Amino acid sequence: MTTVLGLPPHAPDAGTAAVRRGPRPLSLVCKLCHAPHPPIASATCEECLGPLEPAYPAGRALPSAATIAARPPSLWRYREWLPFEDEPVVSLDTGCTPLLDSPALARRLGVARVWVKNDAVSHPSLSFKDRVVATALNAALGLGLGTVGCASTGNLANAVAAQAARAGLPAWIFIPDDLEVAKVVGTAVYNPRLVRVRGTYDDVNRLCSQVADRYGWGLVNINLRGYYGEGSKTMAFEIAEQLGWRLPTAVVAPMAGGSLLTKLEKGFREFTEAGLVSGAAPRLYGGQASGCAPIVHLVERGGDTLVPVMPDTIARSIAIGNPADGRFAAGAIRATGGWAAGVSETALVDGIKLLAETTGVFTETAGGVTVAAALVLAESGRLRPEDEVVLCITGNGLKTVEALQGALPDAPIIAPRIRDLEAQYGHHL
Amino acid sequence: MAITFSLPTVLARLADGQATLEGTGDTLGAVVAEIAGRYPRLAPRLRDEAGGPYPFVTYYLNDEDIRFRNGFATPVGEGDEITVVAAIAGG
Repeated sequence: MTTVLGLPPHAPDAGTAAVRRGPRPLSLVCKLCHAPHPPIASATCEECLGPLEPAYPAGRALPSAATIAARPPSLWRYREWLPFEDEPVVSLDTGCTPLLDSPALARRLGVARVWVKNDAVSHPSLSFKDRVVATALNAALGLGLGTVGCASTGNLANAVAAQAARAGLPAWIFIPDDLEVAKVVGTAVYNPRLVRVRGTYDDVNRLCSQVADRYGWGLVNINLRGYYGEGSKTMAFEIAEQLGWRLPTAVVAPMAGGSLLTKLEKGFREFTEAGLVSGAAPRLYGGQASGCAPIVHLVERGGDTLVPVMPDTIARSIAIGNPADGRFAAGAIRATGGWAAGVSETALVDGIKLLAETTGVFTETAGGVTVAAALVLAESGRLRPEDEVVLCITGNGLKTVEALQGALPDAPIIAPRIRDLEAQYGHHL
Repeated sequence: MAITFSLPTVLARLADGQATLEGTGDTLGAVVAEIAGRYPRLAPRLRDEAGGPYPFVTYYLNDEDIRFRNGFATPVGEGDEITVVAAIAGG
C-alpha cells in the first residue's frame, strides 16, 4: 500500500467496499449476430464473440430540442440516448465542452468553416475519455460492481482515476511503462492502484482482459465496454446542438481503438432519426500517426480484415496496434463517404503548433494528428472548399509536452533593463 | 507435448467451466483442433468454418500475438502457453 503526494491510503478493494446502487443499465445485444444479453459486465457475445452494445427500447419517448436545451449543461442532457433506464448517480457534470469557430484554420485548410470541438478542456481530466468513463462508472454501480479500472494509454487512466476518486470507488489502473510523465502523475495523484506494465498498450489490454475475468472488477473499456462506448456519442450530440441543431459536412477525429469514429456516426444518425437535425450525414475522416496506422491501412486497402501493427509513434494516446473497433471505424468512414490519413511525427507536432497558433488551443499529440490529417485531406481534395468541418480535439497538450521538445523557439533570458530588451529584440520593437 | 491453453470466461463455460486446459500438437492450429475435438461446444467458437481464427478473437503464444508470427501455423512446443482473448476497446 503506497501513499502518493501525502494523500490517504487506498480505499478498500473489492469485497470490502460498500456496494452502491446506480442506474439500471439497459440490456445488451450483439453487434454482429444480434443475440440478446441481459445487463451484464461483459462485452463479448456468448454466441459469436462479437462486441455487445446496449439495446435501446423501440418507441421510447425522446425529448425535443427545446427540452434538451433547457437541461443542465452536461452530457446527461442527452440521457435518452445513453444506456440506462433511470437517472445517473455519479459523474453528473461531464460534457458540454466548447465548439470554437476557427476562421484562421479554415483559411489554412481552404474550406468554408472550421470548428474545433475542444475536449482538451473536458471536465474533470482534460480529455474526451471523461465522457466514456461517466457512462461506464454509472454502469458499474448499476451492476453492483465495487471496484473499477481500465487498461489505458494515459487519458483513460486520468479519467477513471479522477472520476472513481470522486465516486468513492476503488480503482485499478493499468498502463504501459513508458507513458508521458504528466499522464502518470495525472493518474497517481488520485491515489488509485496504478500498475505499470512492461510492454505496449496491446500487452496491457491482454493482461486486463484476464484481470477482469479473474477478479470480476468493472474494467471500463473491457467488460463494461458496451456501456462505456456510448458516452462518445455525446460529442456528436453536442456538435449538432452547438451548431444550432444542424450537422457539419465533415468531421475529422483521431483513431486509436476506432470506437470514437463509430460512435460519432451513431450519434449523428440517432439525432437525425429523432428529427432533431436534418440533412446529409457528415463525412467522417480518421487520422492516425503513420507509426501506428492499422485503420488507415484498412481504409486504403479495402476489405474488413485488419492487420495489426507494432506501434512506433510519439502519439502514445492513440498507439493501439490491434484496434478492436478498427473494422467498424473503417466501415463508418466508408459508409459516410469519408477517408483516413496517416501523418508523420513531424507533421503531428506541426499540427499541435498550428492549432495553438490559429485557434488558441493546446492539444496533445492525438490532436496534432487530427489537425495534420485534416491538412493532408484538404491538400488531397477530400475536404472541399464548401465544406463546414469539425475537428475533434480529444486531449490536452499539457499532458504531452515532451512532444514539443526542440520544436519551439528558445526564449532568451535578459536582465531587467530596457537596454537589454532592446539589444535582444530591437528589430521587433 | 503439453501446452497450456487459457480461455476467457465466456468460452470457459463451453469447456466444462475450465479456464485453463492442456492441449497437444506441433502447431497452434493443431492444438486448437485437438481441444476442439474434446469440447465440441467450444469448437465453433475457437475457429471459423474455414478453420481460421475469428476477427474478434486474438490468440497469443506466450506474450506474442500470433498474427505477428505465422497464425495457426505457428510452431509450438512443450511448456508454451496459448491465451485466447476477446477483442478490447481503446484506452
